[in-house]
Amino acid sequence: MVKHKKQSRADLAFDIFNYTILGLIGLMVLYPLYFIIIASVSDPVAINAGRLSFYPIGFNLKGYQKIFEETRIWTAYYNTIFYTVVGTAVNIILTMMIAYPLSRKDFFAGKAIMAFIMFTMYFSGGMIPTYLLVQSLHLYNTPWVMILLPAINVFNVIIARTNIKGNIPEEMYEAASIDGCTHFGFFFRMLMPLSKSIIAVLVLYYGVAHWNEFMNGLIYLRDQSLQPLQIVLRNILLQSQVSAMGDIESVLEMQKAAELIKYGLILVSTLPILLVYPFLQKYFVKGVMVGSVKG
Amino acid sequence: MKQMERAATLPSPAGRNRTAAKMKKIWRRDWQLLVLCAIPIAYFLVFHYQPMYGVQIAFKNFQANLGIAGSPWCGFEQFERFFRSAQFWTLIRNTISLSFMQLILGFPMPILLAILLNQMKNEKYKRFVQSVTYCPHFISTVVMVSMLSIFLSPRNGIVNTALGALGFEPLFFLGDPGLFRPTFVFSGIWQNAGWGAIIYIAALAGISPDLYEAAQVDGASKWQIIRHVDLPGILPTAIMMLILDMGKIMNLGFQKAYLMQNNLNLETSEIIATYVYKVGLIDAQYSYSAAIGLFNNIINIILLVTVNQIAKKTTESSLW
Repeated sequence: MVKHKKQSRADLAFDIFNYTILGLIGLMVLYPLYFIIIASVSDPVAINAGRLSFYPIGFNLKGYQKIFEETRIWTAYYNTIFYTVVGTAVNIILTMMIAYPLSRKDFFAGKAIMAFIMFTMYFSGGMIPTYLLVQSLHLYNTPWVMILLPAINVFNVIIARTNIKGNIPEEMYEAASIDGCTHFGFFFRMLMPLSKSIIAVLVLYYGVAHWNEFMNGLIYLRDQSLQPLQIVLRNILLQSQVSAMGDIESVLEMQKAAELIKYGLILVSTLPILLVYPFLQKYFVKGVMVGSVKG
Repeated sequence: MKQMERAATLPSPAGRNRTAAKMKKIWRRDWQLLVLCAIPIAYFLVFHYQPMYGVQIAFKNFQANLGIAGSPWCGFEQFERFFRSAQFWTLIRNTISLSFMQLILGFPMPILLAILLNQMKNEKYKRFVQSVTYCPHFISTVVMVSMLSIFLSPRNGIVNTALGALGFEPLFFLGDPGLFRPTFVFSGIWQNAGWGAIIYIAALAGISPDLYEAAQVDGASKWQIIRHVDLPGILPTAIMMLILDMGKIMNLGFQKAYLMQNNLNLETSEIIATYVYKVGLIDAQYSYSAAIGLFNNIINIILLVTVNQIAKKTTESSLW
């Protein structure tokens, strides 16, 4: 009895510790995000003085007003929406097109094709050969490089394949094929409509990747008018590092302008992801777990 | 002997007809699957295998007007130049130090978080902490680094304000070469620990409830349950993740290091990936840069195969 009591005291101590630690972790993640929200509507002078802590000071929307006036931000925003929507659509179609055959146990070329695509996960030509390829295909400095280059992600193919295997029973295809349904018919009429949850996972993964894409824009796009949002964000938010060569006055000028809009800009650029996030959360957790099953 | 017999009987006309008929049947059954695969396979051929063909420029003196195939061979000249260059050891050291620090500090965090979350009996609280900690995973690298420059600013960043209140001197996190690695690693933990915990939470959920019951009957405390039930239960998953992480040691992401880089911290922040970009695309030394990239890639594969082999021998988990 005594022993039991002592143990429950130890457990109580553990629970208190656990609540506190998890609460602190939650706060450590949440507070910076919260700070950006309140800073985006506060007076830059107060922020610079370090007076901002829990609520906005000198509430104003000047930062957002300035963001609305910046046409380069909206061009970039439009570009990123285009790359994300078209790119994700291409991703989904191509990924499902290869994931379905690979999910068929009796497909005679399945193993070979799997090895063929898995190999690219471990070995790649690297940055320069890919760059030369993009140039030779005349994709350099065109919007299509942003869509075609990341058209299929092997990891996502594995997720989709595992999910199809688990979700679509073998008997379903057999029954359909007895009724004269071909693979094409099965793919379009049965598989695609039945795979809504895996498509949701793929939309989230591919969509976020397109939205956050920075490197391909940096390497393959030259024109300002084609740049995705992340490049323009970098130019505005991290310019003190980028244009350290410029004369001091213009750098200071740019810094002052950036000071006003940077918090709002972070929010505006992350907003679409934060908006879809709660709705898709249950799907993507599932996706991670499926993906962790050995391919 | 038996084999010879079989070899002798196989090419008989009847046998051949049978195999031909079988192949025809398989073809009739599967040709549509091949058609579905055709475009994806073409994609991999063009965008992944074509650059592998192009990697030969690492052994050539690439000249744009001669093309990849037409440029003259130069053997290992580019590699030798890299090994002899002043940057070689700095780059290797920076890449490996950063990677190891990330591995050693970053690897246990998701496990810790998953175990704590698993012990949390208040479902609402648990789900809240989970949702919050996943969130940063979706923030772009550009935004992440911008947030670092905001919060770690030596002039008015919150972190330095807090340090100042505790009586410390402000630290220039993004400008001090000594602080580049800790800043890189800890911000990575902030961003990805929650996401990384998902897989361990799943593994913990897979542990048989009988084990917990038996432990409770035996009067085990929560600490003891963690030590003797939870930890052994997620060990196979942890080993798998460790192999994957070790295989990535030389494959540090380009983006974050590049974005966090500035003239002040270059001494520690220049890693192979950022150097490949600068030499190749800024200075247009294609062959030299391709050679450095290839060198890195090969080291990486050797590492992955070695780690996988060790894991296969010592435990039952392996990638292939």
